Amino acid sequence: MNDATNTRDPIIKFDKVVKRFGDHVVLDELDFEVQRGEKVTIIGPSGSGKSTVLRILMTLEEINDGVVYVGGEPLWHQRKGDSLAPASEQHLRQMRSQLGMVFQQFNLFPHMTVLRNLTEAPVQVLGVSKAEARKRGMELLEMVGLTDQANKYPHQLSGGQQQRVGIARALAMRPKVMLFDEPTSALDPELVGEVLNVIRSLADEHDLTMLLVTHEMHFARQVSDRICFFDQGRIKEQGKPEEIFTAPKEERTRAFLKAVLDPDD
Amino acid sequence: MFFGIEWDTSSQWAFAISIFPILLHGLVVTLQATVVGFFIALALGLVLAALKSAPTRIIRWPAKLVTEFIRDTPLLIQLFFLFYVLPEFGLTLPAFLTGALALGVQYSAYTSEVYRAGLEAVAKGQREAARALNLASSRTFTHIILPQAIPRIIPALGNYLVSIMKDVPVLSVVTVLEMLGVAKIIGDRTGGYLIPLSMVGGLYLVMTLIASFGVRYLDTHLPKRGLSLK
Amino acid sequence: MEWTSYLAPLSQGAWVTVQLTVYSTILGGLCAFVFGLGKLSHNPLLKGFSVAYIEIFRGTSLLVQLFWIYFALPIMGQAIGLDLRFPPVVAGVVALALNIGAYGAEVVRGAVQAVPKEQYEAATALNFTSRKRLWRITLPQAIPEMMPTFGNLAVQNLKDTALVSLISLGDLAFRAEQIRNFTQDSVTVYTLVLFMYFGMALVLTACMKLLERYVGRWRAAGR
Ligand SMILES: Nc1ncnc2c1ncn2[C@@H]1O[C@H](COP(=O)(O)OP(=O)(O)OP(=O)(O)O)[C@@H](O)[C@H]1O
Ligand SMILES: [Mg+2]
Repeated sequence: MNDATNTRDPIIKFDKVVKRFGDHVVLDELDFEVQRGEKVTIIGPSGSGKSTVLRILMTLEEINDGVVYVGGEPLWHQRKGDSLAPASEQHLRQMRSQLGMVFQQFNLFPHMTVLRNLTEAPVQVLGVSKAEARKRGMELLEMVGLTDQANKYPHQLSGGQQQRVGIARALAMRPKVMLFDEPTSALDPELVGEVLNVIRSLADEHDLTMLLVTHEMHFARQVSDRICFFDQGRIKEQGKPEEIFTAPKEERTRAFLKAVLDPDD
Repeated sequence: MFFGIEWDTSSQWAFAISIFPILLHGLVVTLQATVVGFFIALALGLVLAALKSAPTRIIRWPAKLVTEFIRDTPLLIQLFFLFYVLPEFGLTLPAFLTGALALGVQYSAYTSEVYRAGLEAVAKGQREAARALNLASSRTFTHIILPQAIPRIIPALGNYLVSIMKDVPVLSVVTVLEMLGVAKIIGDRTGGYLIPLSMVGGLYLVMTLIASFGVRYLDTHLPKRGLSLK
Repeated sequence: MEWTSYLAPLSQGAWVTVQLTVYSTILGGLCAFVFGLGKLSHNPLLKGFSVAYIEIFRGTSLLVQLFWIYFALPIMGQAIGLDLRFPPVVAGVVALALNIGAYGAEVVRGAVQAVPKEQYEAATALNFTSRKRLWRITLPQAIPEMMPTFGNLAVQNLKDTALVSLISLGDLAFRAEQIRNFTQDSVTVYTLVLFMYFGMALVLTACMKLLERYVGRWRAAGR
């Protein structure tokens, strides 16, 4: 897959994207591409802009400059003749339908049962029939191994179970691109594995594009086609997992990996 | 004519201007009733709060019941009760004092809760710490608990002061000539309710605006970590 | 006269009080939602109107509002050629509802703002429209937060209904005053009436608690 990185027709493309919070430049003319079906992991120190990239794609954060393309269409802009105008809500809704996001803190809807968490958006947003949404919801619950929890409320579930519901909820909307923002960081260590297993099974799906932010380096190495090392709002280094993990070229990358892989030193 | 001031009905403006000083007379009474009622509420509330935290249930429970009873019954009825019943027990107060007393009784239920919540909010650990330092417990209360509770209590009490001011018009039913009562009488006598009642509304807006600025000022300027006792 | 002979007229009055409370609390709840959400709206007109309503009705006295609607509004109506004379019941319910609604609006605004922004983001990520996000995600979580304060406001409203007796509506307070006038038996009459209000407040509180439990039942699941 990695060989395709520099060919045309990426499903995601950041073109000189600038994101600032006040005077603080978080993304500094970022160029970044992801191919269809590619599984990319973003690593990097805290504050380097990893979450911001995902949040911009999910339209939770606006950009200050540059253009983001999803499926060849500008995300935050609309084509107006030859020029680009700011996107309307209608355009954003159309673009959002291609993306799904899994949050660090799960963010399940606490007032809905597990199954309802999975069916609400398909019914209300996509207009799927209730029966069909429930059927699909149960299939997804089976995939994440939670069929017996369908009628419980989120607060009755463990963190790992909640995150598996979070993944199923995003999948229920049939996105082309799945965004994971540190999906296991809020979990107790013994619950990390069950969530990673679900993500791993997704990584086997050929058509699904995945963009993952994580500190689970071994996992990233297993499932990723490409690793991007972010530093200060830019990609400092990227390449196949073997290259990045065994022979990083940049001093910054080496220092970062050393710090996360042998934290005891 | 009212308070010896004539009104001028030649035009609406003239009418408004001529009754303004009359309304101000009423406003003074409103403020007086507010302040007197507030102080009664502060004192009675303190008594209720103390009874509610008494060491024995025989005192605590009735105190709680009384607080609940006062809080759940209308000021108007409490006012009538005091106005007509106190004289039967040989206690005849001027209408103004009866009114202020009714305000004080009604709001003592609220102030007692403010005291209790304020004291409880001061971390329990503080009391532990003081005990460890071996301070006598009355000293703990006046020197450690109170200075920290007061900054929390005062803004909440300030809000009730504003509420009392808004309840003063009820006293007009027992012939207290506060601002709304005065405006109503002007309306009754001239048939022109619109101008005096609107002016009272406007004056109330001005007063509550000033008061809420005051409360906000207190809220932000009182030291959150406690008052110094100097 | 036996105190039991007061009970029939007082119950009649109490029934009026109950109706006033129910109608004005429901209407007030409606105002609370409309203007509480209006204050959060991005539409400057809606927002400005909501803020003005809330400030005016919280900033003045209920009795001023009641008198204004009952005595002053008809005069204003005359000036602009409209008949704005309302029967006491309508003036009473409207004044009570607008007053309690203004306090309720601040409660609604606060509870909506207290819903974690992560919930808003999750709903956006699932592509909810802003309207569905409000109805399906935000409000179901905000409403249980409002309920304890709404319970207090409902009791406040019950107490406030006593003021409508001053525009000669035959509620409990009005009947009490009538009987006292007639019998001069003020101790009995007002003691009875105080307890009747207290009883109604307890029942109302219990009802609001039930409602609170109902709208927040998901919180208690499995606990
Ligand atoms: N809403 C905001 N307002 C102001 N600054 C923000 C905001 N969101 C993020 N930032 C800042 O932007 C920078 C990048 O944030 P981002 O969340 O993308 O970092 P990250 O790489 O995901 O870090 P972490 O590993 O800690 O999650 C940080 O310095 C952060 O403080
Ligand atoms: Mg992050």
